Amino acid sequence: MSASDRPVSMTDEQPGISGFVLARLAYFTVPFLMILAFVPIGNVSIWATLTLAGLAMGLMIFMMASGLTLVFGLMDVLNFGHGAMISVGAFAGVSALLALTPLYLSSSVELNLLALLLAALVAMAAAGVLGFVFERTLIRPVYGNHLKQILITMGGLIVIEQLIVVVWGPNEIPIPRPESLKGAFVFGDIVMEKYRLLAVAVGLALFAMLRVLLTQTRIGLLVRAGVENREMVEALGYRVSLLFIGVFVVASALAGLGGIMWGLYDEVITAQMGMSVMILVFITIIIGGLGSIEGCFLAALLIGLTNNYVAFLSPKLALGSGIILMVLVLMWRPQGLLQR
Amino acid sequence: MAATENLLTLAGVHTHIGQYHILHGVDLEIPRGQLTMLLGRNGAGKTTTMRTIMGLWHAGQGTITYKGEDITKLRTPEIARRGIAYVPENMGVFGTLSVEENMVLAARGGDFDEARLEWIFDLFPAMQKFWKWQAGQLSGGQKQMLAIARAIIEPADLLLIDEPTKGLAPAIVDALARAIMELKKTGVTILMVEQNFGLATRVGDSVGVMDDGRIVHTGDMAELAADADLQSRFLGLHMKGNAA
Repeated sequence: MSASDRPVSMTDEQPGISGFVLARLAYFTVPFLMILAFVPIGNVSIWATLTLAGLAMGLMIFMMASGLTLVFGLMDVLNFGHGAMISVGAFAGVSALLALTPLYLSSSVELNLLALLLAALVAMAAAGVLGFVFERTLIRPVYGNHLKQILITMGGLIVIEQLIVVVWGPNEIPIPRPESLKGAFVFGDIVMEKYRLLAVAVGLALFAMLRVLLTQTRIGLLVRAGVENREMVEALGYRVSLLFIGVFVVASALAGLGGIMWGLYDEVITAQMGMSVMILVFITIIIGGLGSIEGCFLAALLIGLTNNYVAFLSPKLALGSGIILMVLVLMWRPQGLLQR
Repeated sequence: MAATENLLTLAGVHTHIGQYHILHGVDLEIPRGQLTMLLGRNGAGKTTTMRTIMGLWHAGQGTITYKGEDITKLRTPEIARRGIAYVPENMGVFGTLSVEENMVLAARGGDFDEARLEWIFDLFPAMQKFWKWQAGQLSGGQKQMLAIARAIIEPADLLLIDEPTKGLAPAIVDALARAIMELKKTGVTILMVEQNFGLATRVGDSVGVMDDGRIVHTGDMAELAADADLQSRFLGLHMKGNAA
């Protein structure tokens, strides 16, 4: 090849700060939204509270959406049953918390957190096992057929929701937060609710772990390559279907984690909670660009923040804020924030 | 073993894609250690033949025999693991991964054979130069080189290359041709689809011409290159520039 055969995109990025920002515009949407919201809110304390609430909500949505976007990206599978994993995770986790009542109700922060950690592990294990069964029995027979996927996963969702009612009863279960996670830290005018800080910390840790997994490990490389071109990964000698089972189980386990976190946030769990959160989860993976973890992360933050800002500024619009955000993003980038 | 032993044999292969019947009984023999060109006009079934060998589409009838084993019903990863490497028409480069990561995935154990990597860098210096670059940022020619480099980082017995010069500038085509000639010296068997007749005559040993989902002519590349009658009959080549 000739020396003049330069990579095509060398000229893509304009020099200077504006070029840097333009090339990464999607990443700047989150800080931009935060600044934009400050104008009508106009009060640092309220703005900080809403921002923290938005980030916490966004990161919990990210927990539930991150796996689903990979499931779609890798195998083109539309899984409407993902909500079932969220509900099952929440119920299994709450059952674990009830069994761990002495730890959970003690006044020690460490014991409280230990109880939560164990409950989160139980939630992830239950949802992960269910995900494995779900993939083997319901999804495997309908690879490549979107209509059948929608119908059978919807059916699976309804069956599992009803099984939750059979096992745990038809009533919603109130689940108070432990003492150490009630209340807030106060810095001057700014109030930071403890549980929201925990949700933000868990969500950020998860994002960091997924990033490392996807960029630094061979399995992660295979997942990224598979999302881009499944056939080529198979032509290199790898069985993508095996990889997919693994991704599906992890996605389900993360949905379970999101379920217990969300349940403790709402302080109540119901069999239908998964289904109701799924609307936000689907909006998130569409805005983010199907198959993109980073896009999913940005989209989840945008959804969480928008929801909280709008709920404060114009409560009646809050319910539709996610849809409005989706319309705006798709008008700007029809393939989602980071879809290539 | 005899020099003319066939590494791969297709016998009466029919392939359907959805409701369309694309291959109508393809018979093709790929001699070991040679470069066989698969020629034919657009829509003749060349790419479908490649994909059927690779198991990306399955033959409804007929058999594909590789090293004496029937691989017709095997799945793509199993076929790949038997030593068949594939460079698809769209190159199949993972654009969001770096050049290095693309190559890492092709190296079975995850580690490179350093000597072989050096040899690939000699063949395609751009790979070394842009090793850490995102593959999506490479030019078309560089992507094609990456696709071929990826296919040969593990020693394969059979290399399937689908239209490597499609849309590339003449200088790049020339560089690819030289790399393919180098590759031939290693003794690897190659089946290559190509529209560029000049390149085909330059690197090909034997040839199969397809039309309408069948093989309509097989023989030596040199023979076809020298016979304007054959060319006009099977390839519709009339203009003198084409055979240059």
